[in-house]
Parts: sequence; C-alpha cells; structure tokens
Amino acid sequence: MRNFKINSDYKAVVIGGSAGSFQGITKILSQIPEDFPLPIIMCLHRLKHVRNGFVEALKLKSTKDIVEPVDKESIRRGQVYLAPANYHLSIELGNYFSLSTEEMFNNSRPAIDITLGTAAYAYRHRLVGILLSGANRDGGIGMARIQQKGGLTIVQDREECMISTMPQAALDLAPMDYELKLNEIIDFLNQLHKKLNS
Amino acid sequence: MILDIEISDLRKLTEYIKTKGNYDFTNYAMSSFKRRILRILELYRLPSVDALIEKIESEPTFLEVFICEITVNVTEMFRDPSFWRQLRDEVLPNLLLNHKSINIWHAGCSSGEEVFSMAILLKEANLLDRVRIFATDLDKEIIQKAKKGKYTLKNMELNQKNYIRFQGKFELSKYFKEEDGFAVMDPSLVENVTFRVHDLVQGPVFNKFDLALCRNVMIYFNQSLQNSVLNKLHESLFNYGYLCVGSKESLIWCDSANKFIVVNNEEKIYKKIKE
Ligand SMILES: C[S@@+](CC[C@H](N)C(=O)[O-])C[C@H]1O[C@@H](n2cnc3c(N)ncnc32)[C@H](O)[C@@H]1O
Repeated sequence: MRNFKINSDYKAVVIGGSAGSFQGITKILSQIPEDFPLPIIMCLHRLKHVRNGFVEALKLKSTKDIVEPVDKESIRRGQVYLAPANYHLSIELGNYFSLSTEEMFNNSRPAIDITLGTAAYAYRHRLVGILLSGANRDGGIGMARIQQKGGLTIVQDREECMISTMPQAALDLAPMDYELKLNEIIDFLNQLHKKLNS
Repeated sequence: MILDIEISDLRKLTEYIKTKGNYDFTNYAMSSFKRRILRILELYRLPSVDALIEKIESEPTFLEVFICEITVNVTEMFRDPSFWRQLRDEVLPNLLLNHKSINIWHAGCSSGEEVFSMAILLKEANLLDRVRIFATDLDKEIIQKAKKGKYTLKNMELNQKNYIRFQGKFELSKYFKEEDGFAVMDPSLVENVTFRVHDLVQGPVFNKFDLALCRNVMIYFNQSLQNSVLNKLHESLFNYGYLCVGSKESLIWCDSANKFIVVNNEEKIYKKIKE
C-alpha cells in the first residue's frame, strides 16, 4: 500500500464527479470509516428535475448518513453532504452552506466549480479536493482554486476513469498533488482518518 | 490566474450602492453576490470593482442595469410540480373554504413564471375571480418583463414538462400564443394581478395576505437578513395565512419561526398561527 504524507490540518473533503463517477463514489462511501471526522461535501452532476432518490441510492451502501443541506445550514464534522438537484451549493465563510439558482455553469447546476471554488476560498490549505470521472470540464477551475489556496488536490487516474475529461480539465489548469486509482483514494482517506484520530 | 475580489472591495461597492441608489446589498449571501459582481465585471469588461463604481457614477442609466444583473432571475413555471399540486389540492381549497376572496403575494416574482403558474392553477380550479394577486420584485426591468408575459420557446419546453408533472387539466399551449419565436401568455390570466416594484429589505409592509410565496429569494440573503425579512413576511400575513418558501429553505433558526407551524415540510409550506 502506498503511504501518503498527510498533515492533520484538514477540515473538510470535497468531491466532484459526473458521468461514470457513481460507482466510484459508492465505493468510497462504502469503505470510508464510519467515524471519519471531517465533513465530506459532494457535488455530483445529476438530473435537474429529479429531486428525490439520489441521496437514497447513495445511502444504500454508505457507512455514513448523507444529507442534502438546506440553505444556510451549518457544516457539521463527520457529516456527508450532497448538493441538491437544480441548486448550486456554496460554502460560506463562517462554516455554513448557501444555495443558489444562478444560471447553469458548464451546463450544470449544481456546478462542481462553484462548490469546489467556494470551499477553496473558505477552507484554504485545510481542504482536500477530489475530482472523479466526468464527461465535461466542470470541476477543473475548482480544483485549480484548491491548488492555488494550498489545499491538497487528487484526481482520479485518467486510465481508470470511464471518461477522463474532468480530471484532464484540472490537470490542464494546475498541477495536481496526486492522480490516483479509486483504491488508492480510499487508502488515502483511511490514512487521513488515522492521522486525524491519532 | 483566476480573477478574485476582496471582501473589502465588496464592502466598498455595497456602501456606494446604498448611498447612490438606495439599494442595500450589505447582508446578501457573500458567495453568490461575489459571483454576480465577477460576472458583471466580465460582461462589461471592467478590470476592477473601482472601475464598476466609476461606471455607475458616470452613466446614470447603468445603475438599473447593475440591479438587473446583480439579481438572480432564473425561474420556471410550476417549479417543483409537487409543491403546486399541494397548493391546488390542500392550501387553496382550505383558504377558500373560509374566505370569499383572498389576497396572494408573490414576493420576488422575477419574470413572472410563478405568477402565471398561479393564475393557470386558479383558472383551472375556477377560482381566478376570487383571488387578488400582487407580484413584486426589487428589479424594475424584470417586473416589466413579468407584465409582458413573453418567454422564449426554449424555456417553454421546461415549463411544459413541469406543467405535465403538475398534472394540469389541459396543455400548457392552451395559455399562450406563439409570436415570432416567443410564447406570449394569455393576458387575461393576469388581468387582476398588480405588478409592482418592491424591496423586501427596505420596503414597507404594504398589504395583508392570505398566502405569500417567497421562493428562492431569501437564499440570496445571509441569516440576519433572512431573519428580518421573515419578520416582514410574518407581518404581511393574516393570522392563519400561509407562507411558502423554496424547497431547500428553512425558517427554523429565525426569531419568528415559532409563530408558524409546518404544514408540509417537504414542500416548505408554513402557516402563521401567532401575531
Ligand atoms: C431566483 S428568483 C426567484 C423567482 C421565483 N420566486 C422562483 O422561485 O422561481 C429571485 C428574485 O428575487 C428578487 N430579489 C432579490 N432581492 C430582492 C429584494 N430585496 N426584494 C425583492 N425582491 C428581491 C430578484 O430580483 C429575483 O427576481
């Protein structure tokens, strides 16, 4: 197993994904320790007009509870969040979420760039950003922002991705710390868990 | 490098707009407000917030353009169809059982899709003549647009899908005519609607309502502003009047939350139970 150099400053994990990321996300959620202490904030492309069902599908195998935050909800440690359908999800200074119905960005609402970008601004170097498989370039700018603010950046291995456009978009904009296979991403999160609980 | 704006610049701008235009954006939610400003800088090719202030200062008509751009006007007819079914099947019958006529307020009506949805719903229930509707928004231009009821056919596709999921009685096309690539809504639907510019932040309580819809408006405010606007909405409702907010909004942390009961949590329908 690969050993990652990890510091214990991290305050949150954000994950972006689109086409071909559902299985990966489910795998991560099924193997993440139940007491993983950081909030995990997920922005995944999803059908705009299907409000229900997605969280339930993700919850099936997840070790942790997953919720769609309401506007201005506080971000809690150890909670997994999913951006709701048809809203952009932002992280505000002061540790809470806000939602917005602004125009689609990269043809997407929720847009990963918005969630990742605002998280980068709010958490700066205390953030881990993970970008998985996807068919458009959404998330690239968000990852570059995280990199710019000194956070840790991980993209899914392009060879392993069903569609690698999204990780590629990030790599085109900024150097990423790691390009990892799903299993390695899970190893990383487990090591992060150990580090934070030690 | 990706452009960013400092918080101090945002403050400078909101201060300026407040004195210049009597609009108060001080307590708008930071992240979306910042994105709006960045968008305006990009659209008008302005290099900085100072340049934006300079433009508003030197071009008298630009302030209204700015207000139009800063507000998020994205809306749909019958957005969240299950919410509209709930209005049709539970809320309105309940209200009209006890009252001969009622007042409805669309606070933050944007380009009017929500108002037309309401009018269509009422018309199909044969209730249109028992209802008086007020539709307000901060943004002058968008209110003009709402009055016209003219929408792109592309938007109409989505509206039509929502109408079907709402399970309307007919086809949405019954309510509009196509004119040079646009859908023009039947004006008789909004004959009894008063469209008006009104600012939820600084404006007065101007009437009493049996039903107020303020959906996807307060998400652009921070919590302290949500709190004071909710007080205003509360004051604008008759006792036992209904308040509807967007499907991902919550009132629980507001001071006047205990003056409402939850009628439907999924659809975010509340009822005022205390003055
Ligand atoms: C996203 S739209 C909501 C439209 C519709 N209610 C819906 O849910 O689809 C938000 C609207 O709120 C308006 N708004 C923003 N600040 C306001 C204020 N202080 N007073 C009144 N309206 C405001 C904006 O101009 C915009 O048209």
